[in-house]
Amino acid sequence: MAEREQIKRTPTERSEETVDEAPPSSDAGEKLKAELDDLLDEIDEVLETNAEDFVRSFVQKGGQ
Amino acid sequence: MAIRKICGIETEYGIVHRGVDDPNPITASSILINSYLSDLSRSGGAVHGAPGVGWDFEFETPGADARGVANPSAMPPEVETHMVNAVLTNGARYYVDHAHPELSTPECGDAFSVTTFDRSAELILERSMRAADSLLPDGQSIVVYKNNSDGKGNSYGCHENYLIDRDLPFGRIVAEITPHFITRQIYCGAGKVGSELGFPSDVIPFQISQRADFFEEEVGLETTLKRPIINTRDEPHADPQKYRRLHVIIGDANMSEVATFLKVGSTALVLAMIEDDWIKRDLRFAAPIYALRSVSTDLSLTVALPLETGGSVTALELQRYLFERAVDWGEHHGFSVVGENVGPEILRRWDEALAGLENNPESLATTVDWIAKYRLINAYRERHGLEWGDARLHALDLQYHDLRPEKSLSRRVGLETICGNEEILNGISLPPEDTRAYFRGACLAKFGDEIISANWDSMVFDIGTEPLRRVAMMEPSRGTAAHVASVIESSHSAAELLAKLDA
Repeated sequence: MAEREQIKRTPTERSEETVDEAPPSSDAGEKLKAELDDLLDEIDEVLETNAEDFVRSFVQKGGQ
Repeated sequence: MAIRKICGIETEYGIVHRGVDDPNPITASSILINSYLSDLSRSGGAVHGAPGVGWDFEFETPGADARGVANPSAMPPEVETHMVNAVLTNGARYYVDHAHPELSTPECGDAFSVTTFDRSAELILERSMRAADSLLPDGQSIVVYKNNSDGKGNSYGCHENYLIDRDLPFGRIVAEITPHFITRQIYCGAGKVGSELGFPSDVIPFQISQRADFFEEEVGLETTLKRPIINTRDEPHADPQKYRRLHVIIGDANMSEVATFLKVGSTALVLAMIEDDWIKRDLRFAAPIYALRSVSTDLSLTVALPLETGGSVTALELQRYLFERAVDWGEHHGFSVVGENVGPEILRRWDEALAGLENNPESLATTVDWIAKYRLINAYRERHGLEWGDARLHALDLQYHDLRPEKSLSRRVGLETICGNEEILNGISLPPEDTRAYFRGACLAKFGDEIISANWDSMVFDIGTEPLRRVAMMEPSRGTAAHVASVIESSHSAAELLAKLDA
């Protein structure tokens, strides 16, 4: 595992957090969270009315 | 020595024709583009577009292979599906390709410029939808999605092109750029709900890349089947003695401007480093396709992947290493080949993205598409108590990429913008000034009636009395505003322009 050791960051610069559990703690994080809540409140007005039909009928030909 | 990283992005868009029983995507794509072109000509096409000018296929060789072998059976079935094919006054190509509308940006001088033209392309598609809807019968409409997969195993591409030095051995390019292509998705992946390789949603609920499921080979000529990480199409669209065009087929189409900028910017820097032999470590993965898919499905960014030479590395560690080499490269070479002012900004964004991924991925929810999308979809899922396989989550995924402003979810998640509105609007009709796209676009705007056809490396003029005149443009960095603007402006006809160019 020598290669891994050479390239790896020092432990202090890494973190164990993952996307699932990274809690935003800063003011910016709080603001983003509030904005996300607002978006979720109004999103149903924007969403396609019948999600199942929409997803089923979204069929594309393969391209490059 | 590294050469200037002139670049472009070609995007195939998903298309839906609503309100018809048996929609045909080729017809819909043709309607979409033709509607835009006729809209342009009604509003004075000579200024905004040259709808009569077609694409010139002479000398195009998509079957030529950079490995030096020609394999006719592997040639993509391209030409016969080109129903509509137009050149725009911004220097772009807008056409129907494989049952999708496709827009190739003009050749751009740097990552920031191409990000702006990619956004201009979105506006062109948006205007095309409006133009088509005004022509279609009531109850019908055409909707365009800037994504790369329908969620059912069908994929369509967002390709990048970079000018590279012909002297660079192709084998070295393959060895040294592949690790970057496998790992850069951690900041430029567009995110996708589920898997298209048959894994159930409890095994793969969400992944980082739209495209990783569709790559099966390391190196090859194909673009539509058995897609390779490195595409070997050897079609430089420039002086073949001096240049290659690296045709990159592995990226996702990005909604985030920062992600597009970083995708192209980091890749331009890595290519420049390869030209200068600045990557000192052998970073080849032992199993590239496995590594690509592992990175895509590892939201924790912690999976270590074995290297060919022994040892292992995570995607984040490999990207951090490339970043540090790029800092070192910049200190020794300056940034002229990637843009004097753009280079440091690429490094700043790259560092910011890696630090965010290392410490708090959610802090990137306004710059990295897959994180923005995951955050939105997961929050919706939690609020409504849905399982990952729920159709509503797939619908959110698709709608993230909807190009209608009133329906687009990516436009609602607070993505940071870096391109100026005025520049994006200008990019709809005006070419970049620092590449040969300037000559193409400016000639089309002024002499569109006298141009028979155009392609990336030449234009054909009909000046009346003589045989048709082909003007070669084999140097992508010539034909800029600095070179030809005054000649074009002072010419009253194409004949006069050609006479001055001959002189």
